[in-house]
Amino acid sequence: MGRSVFEAAACGLPLLLAAIAATPAAADELSDLRQDMQQMRQQYDSELKRLQQDYESKLQQMERRLKAAEDKADSAQKAAAAQQQPTLAAPPPAIAAITEPQIAAPQPPPAPPIAAGPGGTPSSAGAFNPAIGAVLEGQATSQSRNPNTYRLPGFALGDSAGPLPRGLSINESEINLNANVDQALYGNLTLAFEPNNTVGVEEGFIQSTSLPYGLTLRGGRFFSGVGYLNEQHAHTWDFADQALPYQAFLNTQYDDDGVQVRWLAPTSRFLEFGAEAFRGAAFPAGGDSNHNNGVGAWSGFVHTGDDIGDSASYRVGLSYLHTAAKNRATDDVDGLGVPVTDVFSGTDNTYIADGVFKWAPNGDFVERYLKLQGEFFLRQEQGALNGLNFSGTTQTGFYTQGVYQFMPQWRVGLRYDQVHAGSLGPGFAGTTLDNLASTPRRYSAMVDYSTSEFGRFRLQYENDHSRPQTANEFILQYIVSIGAHGAHQY
Amino acid sequence: MTLRTGLVVLAVAAATVIAAPAHAALNVFACEPEWGALSTELGGGDVSVFVATTARQDPHQIQARPALISRLRNADVAVCTGAELEIGWMPVLLRQSSNGKVQPGSPGYFEATQQVRLLEVPTRLDRAEGDVHPQGNPHVQTDPRYMRVIAAALAKRLAELDPAHAASYAQRATAFDDKLGQAIERWRTEAAPLKGVNAVIYHKDWVYLFAWLGINDVAAIEPKPGVPPGGAYLAQLLDEVPKRQAKLIVYAAYQDARAPDFIADKTHIPAVMLPFTVGGTDAAKDLFGFYDDTIKRLLVGLGGNGG
Repeated sequence: MGRSVFEAAACGLPLLLAAIAATPAAADELSDLRQDMQQMRQQYDSELKRLQQDYESKLQQMERRLKAAEDKADSAQKAAAAQQQPTLAAPPPAIAAITEPQIAAPQPPPAPPIAAGPGGTPSSAGAFNPAIGAVLEGQATSQSRNPNTYRLPGFALGDSAGPLPRGLSINESEINLNANVDQALYGNLTLAFEPNNTVGVEEGFIQSTSLPYGLTLRGGRFFSGVGYLNEQHAHTWDFADQALPYQAFLNTQYDDDGVQVRWLAPTSRFLEFGAEAFRGAAFPAGGDSNHNNGVGAWSGFVHTGDDIGDSASYRVGLSYLHTAAKNRATDDVDGLGVPVTDVFSGTDNTYIADGVFKWAPNGDFVERYLKLQGEFFLRQEQGALNGLNFSGTTQTGFYTQGVYQFMPQWRVGLRYDQVHAGSLGPGFAGTTLDNLASTPRRYSAMVDYSTSEFGRFRLQYENDHSRPQTANEFILQYIVSIGAHGAHQY
Repeated sequence: MTLRTGLVVLAVAAATVIAAPAHAALNVFACEPEWGALSTELGGGDVSVFVATTARQDPHQIQARPALISRLRNADVAVCTGAELEIGWMPVLLRQSSNGKVQPGSPGYFEATQQVRLLEVPTRLDRAEGDVHPQGNPHVQTDPRYMRVIAAALAKRLAELDPAHAASYAQRATAFDDKLGQAIERWRTEAAPLKGVNAVIYHKDWVYLFAWLGINDVAAIEPKPGVPPGGAYLAQLLDEVPKRQAKLIVYAAYQDARAPDFIADKTHIPAVMLPFTVGGTDAAKDLFGFYDDTIKRLLVGLGGNGG
């Protein structure tokens, strides 16, 4: 089509020029000329008509093309705006009915392609079901004293208490799977792969999601709700190791098989009550856990908290944990520095008061924040250690710590922790329960850098007076989380 | 001793239940201020709205505070952004709230991003790309056209949850839609000079606003979403920004002004703080004030260029 237009122009133009250039020469030639001219005119007219038609059809075609191009550009623009959604379905009629007719404007704008199409993916814990995440931890430590000879005077320790290994090592690696089981239940499994290549179920529990009256039931293996740090997984701790009272009294954390009921009061202030019954298999319970058909440990706790303006918030709590042990055997180092196996039978009543306070400018934790926390422990223990009976001893301990994020990604922290065991008299001299007339205590400082909320490097220094001879310890640690990351508790 | 303690605890618990006030209005737990404002527009006196966060807080990073747990426990409906914006805190609140009414999948759990088509749905999911949202960019509240669609869906949901006041919700929804529709026309005219303007953003907060107003995002202050800029990256930005003919640097009320101010100072491109949500600026008192002030601030910023 385009070529014929040019052909017509090529023919028509010389004809036109010839016609203009033609001049009358002789009278006899006049009629011939007239005839010629008439012929030329007819030819010219017909050519012109054809040209006109050609142009017109060409124009129409161009218009069509232009319109198509415009439409294409328009939809491309829309597609660009809606990236990754090259084909935009028209909005469902319900939306169109609401959006379109009520715009009283001369040129109603195109309906924004914003209504969700049918089958929009619901937002659950990611596209994964269940959500799967892993936590990897490792460290390098330099310690002035051998961690193998660690002892805490006055306390029979569980196997998880004590310093980290010397040199390079990994910590436990965690795999977590969690999801709603159905409309009524939630399930959570955390597997801990220990550095010595054993696998343990750290937590594996089911929990109700839709009981009335603010009630929640949980069953399985889980960290007890007592205290503040007990429920927090190690990778969320602000220091590389657990505070001394948790090490001394709960073997770092009380984690046992049992059931839990929580009741959240219908108040605008946070007020929560909880009670738990456990098998009694975890330190300070343990040993022959099949010695009865009942409950080897139980607990009760109450937590309350609130906001203080936009910038600050707090939570405080009181907890009680009762545990019974029968022939609980743990590897330890006695008062004379000799490795022993402690065999304990008896009961412990542990009381914990905990508090945490957080502050950030305008409550925005991105730039700067301050977190202060502390917990006080009191334990009454009675029973027999390695065949030596004691009718009751009171042990106390506390830690207090502050962490400050002074700029995004960077935090510093200070911690003081101590424990103290009452004296059991000369009959226990040289045993692990001999307090050596000391108050074990530590001073710790840390600085950490987070590559993102999923990666953290921490350098920690500890001046450790918890063992009979002072020790200094440096820890360089990494903690990363991959996959679905669970939201952190307060 | 322990039995007595238990009895005291029970007595306190019982007293708390009895003392709990009876609520006539529908209790709304709004995750962000824009949904609080929208719930108020649609619910009026039929709802009692609690807003969990403020405009000065980064909604990606909120603590699962005790006060939020107890507020969610007492809510009849939770109105949130969704698309994993609240992934760092809402799941904990939901689990600890012991409130079956607001669990995902229940009518009492409303996600705004579920009502609309999201932009920037990533084709590649890798945390090396920063804090990406697998379902798409969640910051839909910055485009009033999205707000209209969400408002219609929320009004319907509120009516479902509170059928006794269904007519009032429908009435308010129509009135709100009329008013917003007219305002959108006005904003369209007002914002005409912004069309085609190149802007530097802080975080990917503005994709919907920019798509609406025709603003092009040519660079981001965050090297990757959620990753704060380092010195080397800022230096690189100083080089790049003038080349990309940016006329504005845009950041949200909750973001640190230092990096945008630094670039503005070096490049003489005005830095404009936008409310991002209701309450982000004094003028952004409600949704209308929020959009009004957003456009006004952008125009003032553009005027600062002398063009």
